[in-house]
Parts: sequence; C-alpha cells; structure tokens
Amino acid sequence: MGKIRKLTCIVCPRGCDMEIALGDGGKVVSVSGNACKRGAAYAQDECTHPRRTVTSTVRLSDGRVLAVKTESTIPKELIFEVMKEINSTVARSDLKIGDVIIENVSGTGVNVVATANA
Amino acid sequence: MVDVCIIGAGVVGGMIAERLSKYELSLTIVDKGGDVALGATRANSAIVHAGFDAKEGTLKARLNVRGSQMMEETCKRLGVKYKRNGSLVVGFSDEDRETLKELKARGEKNGVTGLELLDREQILKIEKNIGDSVTCALLAKTGAIVCPYELCMAAVGLAMDNGAALKLDFDVVKIEREGEGYRVISGTGESVLAKCVINAAGVHSDDIAALVGDESFTVHARRGEYMLLDKECGRLISHTVFRCPSKMGKGILVSPTVDGNLLLGPTAEDIDDKSDVKTTAEGIAKIRASAAEQVSGVDFGKVITSFTGLRSVGSTGDFIINSPTDNFVNVAGIESPGLTSAPAIAEYVEGMLYDMGITLSEKQSYISERRPTHYFSSLTNEEKNEIIKEHPEYARVICRCELVTEGEIREAIRTNPPPRDIDGVKRRTRATMGRCQGGFCTPSIVEILAEELGIDYEEVTKLGGKSYINIGKTKSGD
Amino acid sequence: MNVDLVIIGGGPAGMAAAVAARKSGLEDILILERDEALGGILRQCIHNGFGLHRFGEELTGPEYAYRYEKEVVDLGIPFLTGTTVVDIDKNRRVTAMSAERGIFTIDAKAIILAMGCRERPKGALNIAGTRPAGIYTAGTAQKFVNMKGYMPGKDVVILGSGDIGLIMARRMTLEGAKVHAVCELMPYSGGLARNIEQCLNDFNIPLKLSHTVVDIKGKDRVTGVVIAKVDENRRPIKETEELIPCDTLLLSCGLIPENELTKKAGITLDRVTGGAVVDGSRECDVEGIFACGNVLHVHDLVDYVSEEAEIAGRAAVKYIRGEKLRTNEIRVDVDGKVRYTVPKLISEAEDTKLYFRVGSVMRDVSVVVREGERVLLKKKKQKLAPAEMETVTLTKEMIESIDSGSISISVE
Repeated sequence: MGKIRKLTCIVCPRGCDMEIALGDGGKVVSVSGNACKRGAAYAQDECTHPRRTVTSTVRLSDGRVLAVKTESTIPKELIFEVMKEINSTVARSDLKIGDVIIENVSGTGVNVVATANA
Repeated sequence: MVDVCIIGAGVVGGMIAERLSKYELSLTIVDKGGDVALGATRANSAIVHAGFDAKEGTLKARLNVRGSQMMEETCKRLGVKYKRNGSLVVGFSDEDRETLKELKARGEKNGVTGLELLDREQILKIEKNIGDSVTCALLAKTGAIVCPYELCMAAVGLAMDNGAALKLDFDVVKIEREGEGYRVISGTGESVLAKCVINAAGVHSDDIAALVGDESFTVHARRGEYMLLDKECGRLISHTVFRCPSKMGKGILVSPTVDGNLLLGPTAEDIDDKSDVKTTAEGIAKIRASAAEQVSGVDFGKVITSFTGLRSVGSTGDFIINSPTDNFVNVAGIESPGLTSAPAIAEYVEGMLYDMGITLSEKQSYISERRPTHYFSSLTNEEKNEIIKEHPEYARVICRCELVTEGEIREAIRTNPPPRDIDGVKRRTRATMGRCQGGFCTPSIVEILAEELGIDYEEVTKLGGKSYINIGKTKSGD
Repeated sequence: MNVDLVIIGGGPAGMAAAVAARKSGLEDILILERDEALGGILRQCIHNGFGLHRFGEELTGPEYAYRYEKEVVDLGIPFLTGTTVVDIDKNRRVTAMSAERGIFTIDAKAIILAMGCRERPKGALNIAGTRPAGIYTAGTAQKFVNMKGYMPGKDVVILGSGDIGLIMARRMTLEGAKVHAVCELMPYSGGLARNIEQCLNDFNIPLKLSHTVVDIKGKDRVTGVVIAKVDENRRPIKETEELIPCDTLLLSCGLIPENELTKKAGITLDRVTGGAVVDGSRECDVEGIFACGNVLHVHDLVDYVSEEAEIAGRAAVKYIRGEKLRTNEIRVDVDGKVRYTVPKLISEAEDTKLYFRVGSVMRDVSVVVREGERVLLKKKKQKLAPAEMETVTLTKEMIESIDSGSISISVE
C-alpha cells in the first residue's frame, strides 16, 4: 500500500500545500493541491531526488566577499559539500555579474556564478 | 609621583578632575571600566534637581542647591547641552497635597527659589497632557535637564586637554602608603604613585575606602530601570514630571531629555550585586503603570530601548565627603541628587585640598572651554558646507536616524576621552541611539572604529572586554 | 537646483518608479540614494526567490536589482549615490547632503518617496535581561555576513519568524553556525511557507510557535537566552521556561516603513500600515508627493514593489503634466479581518488593484467587496495568511458604478 506525503511547494512564494500519493518504492502516483505544473514537477523531484539552489558568498582576493549562486539546482544532500568548495575558493576581485567562478561544483555538473559585480 | 590620583571616572570624579586641572597639579584618573561614565553616570534620570528633596541642614541639601546654581554655567563652559525646563511633582490626593506643601517649605529652607503650588487647572495651563487623576503639583522653576554622561565625558575630556592622564581598565585592588603618598595598584599589577588620592568610585567607594583601613561606611547599589521613547514623543510634556515622593526615593518620573526623547523611570530596588544591570519584566510593568498615571498619552509602542542604572546609596543617609586619613579623600554615597551636586562637590573637594595644604596655583596655559560635542550639528547649512568642502566625510551620513556623519564619528574617536568601542561611540555621537538602534549603521561604525584604532574588523567590541561584535570571518573554515 | 521629478531612494521601488516615469516620456528625473550604490536592501538579500512574477525566472536579490540598475543606466536616468535626504517640505523642496555637493536643496515639481523600511529593534520588544554584544536584527546580521564577510556568532537563537529571520537561519547554518531555534510569539509564522520549508525544515531547525524570549543572559557577549511558551494572551508561561545556551540572538520581529521624511512634509500616515495614506495613483494627501514600495506598506514580494512603483512613476508624470484627473473620492473600509488596503482611497476611474493583508490565518473563505449591501466582487481563497499580501482588482466599470463615496472589503 502506498503512502501520502505532505509538502509545501517552494517553487514560488505562493507556497502551495500539496499532497503526494506514493506507490511502491516511493514512486509518485499522484500530486494534488498544486496550483501549477511546476509544483507537480517539484513534488516529483522532492520525493525522488530533492534539489536546491545554493546561494552564498565567495571570498575575493582583496578580502571582500561577493554574492554567488549555483546556476541551477544541485542535489540537496550535496549542499554542504558545495558550500565547502565555495568556501575554499578565492576569486578575482574584478568579477562581473554572471561570471563563472567554479565550474562543475562538487561534480554536480552545475557552475557557481557571481550574482553581483565585484 | 603625580599630585592627585582620582579613582573613578564618573561624573563626580570627572568634575573633580576638571576643577583641579586648572591648577599646576599633575593628575591621573583611573577607572575599572573600559570607558568613562560607565557607573551610575551612564544611566540615571538626567535631572538637575532644584533642591527641595534633601533634608535641610545636610551636606546633600547644600551641595544640591549650589550645584543647581552652578550647572548652567558649567554646561556652557564644557559645551554640554542643558535645558532649564522646570519640574513638577504631581500629587493625586489630599495627603499628597500635604506632602507637597512640606516639600515646598523644605525647599525654601534649603534656599530654592521659584517654588509654587499649583492646582489642576493651573497645571493644565502649562502641561496639557498631565495625567487625568493628578490633582495638584509643586512647580520648581529651577529644575533642569542635562545629559549625565555627556557632562562626564566633557569634564574628563577637558581635564585631559589640560594635561590629566586617564587610565582605563584599571581595577584598584590595593592601596599602599609609600613615603608621603600612596601607591594605587590595579589587579594587573599596574600602579600609580600619588601624593593625594580621591576616592570617587561610586558603588565601589566603600571597597576603596576599606583599602586604606576606613570601614566607617558602606555603599549599596539601588537598581533603577528606565525606558526611552522615540523623539516623536519628546514633546508630549515640557516639564519633568515627578511623582509625589515615598520612602524609596522620588518615584518614577516622566521627562523630556536634552536630546528630545522621552525618558520614563526609574524603579528602585536595593540589590547586593553591584554590577547587576539587567532589566526585568516587573520593572518595565511598574514604570508603565506609574508613567501612565502621571502623564496621559504616553505611547508605549514608541519605546526604543530599556536600560538599568545603579545608584550608590551610602549608609549614612547623606553624601560622605571626608578625609579618613592624610591626603585621602572619600567622595562616597553620592546618590541622587549626585549629578546636580557634582560641580558643587568638585568645588567642595577643591576646598578640602586647599585646607590640606596642597598648593593650588593656576596654570598659565589653562584651557577653560571645550568645543561642544555636537558642534557640527549645531551649525547652519552654510557653515557646515564650509567644513564639508575641506572634509567631505562630514557629509557622509552613517547613522540615518540621528543624522550622524562619518566626520563626526571620526572626530569623536580622536577627541578626549577617546572611545574604544561601539557603545563609546554611541555615547559621544548618538550614532546607533535612534529608532533603529544601530540596525543599519553598526556594520559601518565597526569599520570606522577598526580603521581609527588600527585594529581588525573582528576585534571591535560593543562594550570592551570580550564583547566582540563579530566572532571572525566567514569562510574561515571552523 | 530645479528638477521635475525627485525620487528619494534608489532601491527596487525608486528604480522602478524612475524607469516607468522615463518610459512615460519624462526627461528630468533625479534619483537620490544614500548608499554608495543603487539597489537598496536587495544588495544584501543574496538568496534566490525574487522575480518570478516580474521576469518569470528566479533571481537573487542583487540580480533583481541589477536588472533595474541596468535599465536606469541604459535609459540615462540621472542618480546621485552617497546622498542622504535630510528634509522635505510641503512645497516639495528637498534638502540633501553628499560628500561631493555638501548640503543642497532641490525644488521638485513632484516627489516619489521610496525610502523603504527598517526592522523593529530590540528595544521595542522590551525583552528583560542584560545588554551584551550578540543581539542583532536579522538584517544587521545579513549585512555582516553577506556584505562584510564576518560572522556575528556561531550559536544562534532567532526571535520572530519573519522572512529575513528564516533566510538568515539558513544562511548562518550554511556558514557553519548552529541555529538552535526560531521562536515565534504568534501561533502562526510571520514568514512565507516556502521559507519555513527550505530554510528551517531542510536543516532541521525547530520553529517554536507561541514561544518568546523572556530573558537574555551574558555580560560581555550573550551566553544564553531563556525562552518560554506563551498562553492565548501572549503571556509567557513560567513553567515552560527553558535556557538555550547561545552566543547570538537575532531578531526578526517585523518591519516598519521608514517615514521620518514623510512626516516632515506633513503627510498623513495610516496607523495600520505605518505608511502614507494614498489614492490609487499612490499620491499622498500633500499634492505632488507620491509613495511606493516598503515605505508605503511592507510588501512580501519585491515583484509587487516594482508593480506599485510603476503606478507611482506614471502617475507622477501625469501630475507634472497637469493631466491627473480626480473624480469623486471613494474610501475603502476594512472589516478587521482585512487589516488594511493600499490604496485606501480611489480617486480615478480606472482598473485598480487593491493590495491587502489579513490579521490571521483563514482557510476556504471569500474576499467580498461591497458598496453598502451591493456585492461588487467576490473572490474565493483557499488560504489567507498574515505573511502574504493579497490582491483583488476593481475594474473601471465597477468603480464608475460606485456613487456613495465608500466601499467595504471583508473576508467571509
């Protein structure tokens, strides 16, 4: 017999309360309560392989810090590993918004990019 | 060997130092704190009392009235804000009316002028927001307000400008006789050798006296909690509104401050721990209840901070100013009206030193005045622009609530007595003291302070000691 | 100096208003920004979640701000940074100061207020205890961590579940701190549901509803806080007190529109929002002065700030050209469940979006707008929560049909 999992959607600020019916092996059978298709996709991901965007700062060579993010989501369980790599990086002090700072962070296939001008 | 060592850099020690600094005397002021004005001076009612409270014939009564007369001129010379706003002691019953009559009679015996008994109608003419159940009041026209730590900093500052030395973090643990003088020794082994010692150590003055064998008095701490309201509320009343007194002091007052805020408090609670400055839920509730009776329309939603001060209450009921042994002067038990009396106490102590045979010859180079701390903000826009042309940092606003500029903060850090932490900058410039309480500007002030003091950003403290604002850099790996 | 339109504040509201004004054809615009760069508070909001409505993609705060900054620059709209406005008056004279210009005045034909908001400080909360280092608003901590690169502490308790507090719970955790709890006085959160999910639940940080901090311990640095559960009257229950050792207390207890300048101009403020009372065009009751963004009322999403700022920007241009038409004024009354609406007055017959917030969490309800007994509009809502701003749109036709001078909005 499957289970029902309750989730708050984090895709947009609306924060829909969703109910996900899970079948054998945790397979998503159905999603309800979502207001849009992206919610359903999020529910699917969240129940099978949850992902998150990481936002942080990186130290620049002149001592300042600069805002960065993972260009897209990375597996949730790798958040702290990604943070570790970001924290051990010292970046150029002339970076521009959108510049890639770390390629393929922690082997996720996702780049870390600057989200502001240094 | 210095001529005089003053223990305690509160308003009393500071005023004594300032008074003595005009003579050819070498002075050292020591204090256990990381800044001046950290004891009773830091947090009290900021009132210049007219002088009707103290029992006639006491030293307290005499110095209160004299201090009240001296204060305006003293503040002017030191560049400190002073406002003679008058005070009202309000009563709620016939019994209170009798007490007010007694106060008036006592005040007149003490030499206070300008005392008047008012009925409700008369009160309403001068103070329309007086509490609904107030029936009578004693008006004291000579009552005034001042900022106690501003006065203390200015006094110590001017003494330093005239050559006095200030040693902070100097916790006196031992005083030894040495030759004709005394060696005053700190917990870290630092010492000052002085011909004469003046004990102005506030709540700790009994402990200091005991170091020279004087155990004739004790001092205990009386906690007083306060609430400070936004400047929006500062014009609710113009007089300081006291409650008809009881045994535990003058009760809770509602008063505008010289900076335009509204101050409520204090509670009065005798305690054993001489460093306990926490605030309590009970204290806050007590203040609210009393203040609301005395004045209508106090908006408690506009409270920007609450704080606690310690008053030093001596065991004799009067100020304890004496010389228990050669060249050692106690100035102890300076409870309310200690702030008011401070200039008169300094004058009195000066007389004692003279009587002891210490030579008081005036310095040639004596600087008698100090530029006001809020000099820049008092200028016209044209005058400010003249300064900004040379020093653009005077146009960079750091504290937006109190409109304090980078120039003013840097100037304060370079002025005697120099602050070493965020609270020190706050007390000198009012930066972080406004309605956001430093929410926006603290990170910038930390930066300025680190730069001026030549220390790292994470070494900056809130109030000295280990009160670090930040614990380290991000990304440091621990 | 004379300028047609002065905009006070170069954050998201000020920039969007400027862009809208320029796109309506106004040349002479000047943005005054007190910080060293445009962007306002978004510069330190480095997390993502901005711009879904506006740009259809998820941006971080600095990225959202940059889109507008770029537009301001591309359109050649003049702005002065490092410039603090110290006074404005009814006659629209602005007094400002900057290192470059000293103290100077500008006479404006119209002003848009876009100064943003500030956080409720600890003093206003009257928490008992000592006053050591280690007590900061969440926003101050955010500036230390994200802008300065310093850690304000490593063992953290957060009071208040506002969005910045939730965001900082995650941010501090990512930087190696341990967040022991988030205490919320109310029985519901002050922040968005998605932030509770991704900032607290993701990191197993407990959210303690109906809890508050009753005492702060420590002399130099905070050494701990005492928390307690509160009863239905929000009074702490003594028996539930619990000491949490920590070195930092962050406060996220609400935002207050920063209206000190607004008051100087003699503009009437709304007691509920803390911002100016405005009509549909976001004009205040002092002619030619408009307000938008968090200085007007605290928004949950920056996307709505931009939308509102554009309304103000366009309206200011109309006003300057003398094209602003006033019909009879309609007042919008609220039932208490709806705490306020912005605008509070409707003075032009055109499609008008009413923004509002409710006072408690409600499920499966309807929002109803009436003139007297007559229902103008009824909108079903699955869930309404105080943390979220809601909207209903009144059409031009509906507004033209109103003749009594007031309408009401309620939740049923």
